[in-house]
Amino acid sequence: MTQTPLLSVRDLRVEFPTRRGILKAIDGISFDLKEGEVLGVVGESGAGKSITGTAVIGLLEPPGRIAGGEVLLKGERIDNLSQQAMRKIRGKRIGMIFQDPLTSLNPLFTIGEQIIETILTHLPVSEREARERAVALLEEVGIPAAADRLNAYPHQFSGGMRQRVVIALALCAEPELVIADEPTTALDVSVQAQIIRLLQRVCRDHGTAVMLITHDMGVIAETADRVAVMYSGRIAEIGPVRNVIKAPRHPYTVGLMGAIPSLTGDHDRLTQIPGTMPRLDSIPQGCAFNPRCSLVMDKCYRERPDLVTAGESRAACWKVSETEEAAG
Amino acid sequence: MTTPTHQPATEPVVEVTGLSRTFDVSKPWLNRVLERSPRALLRAAKDISFSISKGETFALVGESGSGKSTVAKMVVGLLEASAGEIRIDGVDMRSRQQAGVEMRELRRRIQMIFQDPYASLNPRWRVDRIISEPIRAFRMESSEAAISKRVGELLELVRLHPRDGGKYPHEFSGGQRQRICIARALASKPEFLVCDEPTSALDVSVQAQILNLMRDLQDEFGLTYLFISHDLAVVRHMAKRIGVMYLGRLVEVAESRTLFKTPKHPYTRMLLEAIPDLEMTGKPRRPVEGEIPNPINPPSGCAFHPRCPLANDRCSREFPQFRQVGDTGVACHAVEEGRTTV
Repeated sequence: MTQTPLLSVRDLRVEFPTRRGILKAIDGISFDLKEGEVLGVVGESGAGKSITGTAVIGLLEPPGRIAGGEVLLKGERIDNLSQQAMRKIRGKRIGMIFQDPLTSLNPLFTIGEQIIETILTHLPVSEREARERAVALLEEVGIPAAADRLNAYPHQFSGGMRQRVVIALALCAEPELVIADEPTTALDVSVQAQIIRLLQRVCRDHGTAVMLITHDMGVIAETADRVAVMYSGRIAEIGPVRNVIKAPRHPYTVGLMGAIPSLTGDHDRLTQIPGTMPRLDSIPQGCAFNPRCSLVMDKCYRERPDLVTAGESRAACWKVSETEEAAG
Repeated sequence: MTTPTHQPATEPVVEVTGLSRTFDVSKPWLNRVLERSPRALLRAAKDISFSISKGETFALVGESGSGKSTVAKMVVGLLEASAGEIRIDGVDMRSRQQAGVEMRELRRRIQMIFQDPYASLNPRWRVDRIISEPIRAFRMESSEAAISKRVGELLELVRLHPRDGGKYPHEFSGGQRQRICIARALASKPEFLVCDEPTSALDVSVQAQILNLMRDLQDEFGLTYLFISHDLAVVRHMAKRIGVMYLGRLVEVAESRTLFKTPKHPYTRMLLEAIPDLEMTGKPRRPVEGEIPNPINPPSGCAFHPRCPLANDRCSREFPQFRQVGDTGVACHAVEEGRTTV
């Protein structure tokens, strides 16, 4: 029996109309997210990972728009909902954690006011219950003396503490899914480890699924169950995290893994992917990775590859298709 | 690659002794008088000593607020030191008595690469003007033709096209801009480069290109690097010796391999524990405690003691001196006493 996935993205396309033509930021991506699962979305800047997150939660900045495809939450379409209906889902059923905890908290309101307001908006509780719940949440995310800290303003917290508050805020209405966009990028290494662990723990305790958007493969390796590698608005490879990291199939993933300096091995040189990610107005014909790929073939310049099953992963690459076919 | 040796093999090019820098972050005079608040001093760097030999890469790692960039700025002379000495080839950088010409020659030999390639290039200047500025400033070439030939060579050196000289910085990607910054730094034929987080603003695949380029240039010109970064993996890849900083102090200095294999200072061990594990060994990690304290009011004794699993009374009272333990220099009472539990 196949369960309805919690979140299902089908052939999603996002466009930005500009004076010089339409830019395709996301060009046909599909993935599923099961209940309680952690899906990592990695890619370099401009790959479209953040746009994917904001499209799912319906916060695309105009003129960006969803040009095609569907986003389904438990089988119901949410991409075509009105602003009003979407507001009921946002915060209640899908929580969001942004990169910069300073800009995602209102500097003019105390932490308590912000959490209590969110709880009252989404849950049928009294103000007193909301306050108790806020304290319990802050304690859960590891803020000492939570009851006193309710009256503190965001600037009175350190970066790591602020991100803890943002996590509490995202979880306060018991959402089914949390979209975390680079939740640890603005933090120091030692604090980053704490926040990852915290996010992992509270989401496991609450049974919340997480879409974790990051550029850091290490963070993905530590937290995610599955990972989608994005390149130029498409998914290059998607699969269980161990397979993608240990035995990547797509040449881009291979290059990406080799480019990360290792903490254990001794390499004189890092694997180098020549060039950079193409700009949105000049995405190459065929496979978008073809100018940088070392295994490029004729076909790669003509036709765009779709995801094909390769072992437990799926990769969008003609070379992978070829080897898979040969292997039968 | 040369085989690592424990002591600098050749004469040190750069010698830093007891370098300190204090910033006055007090409120304005009137506020201090009315609110009776005392002067507030921030010790960004305190008593930093290290040496770098020719052709070597020495790295400083630490989290934000550890003072690594302050040290970098003092070494190139962008920031005056409050105390301490910087000697480049035996010449004291601070001595004002030095003849102007000699000082000028010394400055030519030290260049810097900054973190943000967007902010460190003048957006209104064409790339050839940016790169030729040091050549003109140090009067390294006599004719315009020679200057433009040299600019072309420099662009090729950083794997750009000589034609790119006619473009403006905004026409380049982040990685290409960092290449332009490197070309500009190399224009004065320096021997010593201070690189302050040169790849933190870049994507992984571009970071690999820049790190490889920096190593190639080091081999080609025998450059000496002071490499500042918060990324331990990058530092391990680039540096032969590493200094770990915490709240303005050096807490451990060791050969790169030694540091990663047998970290001594509890802070270094904590940092190594904190790196996300890409190898997916699934080994349990000890949770990291606490956050970096405010540098204006650092903890007494050893600044790390509130977060340290090995801390005892002595650590909160007495400041640990920097000592040599085997091949590693470390400032920790617990290491000195051989204490492994509280």
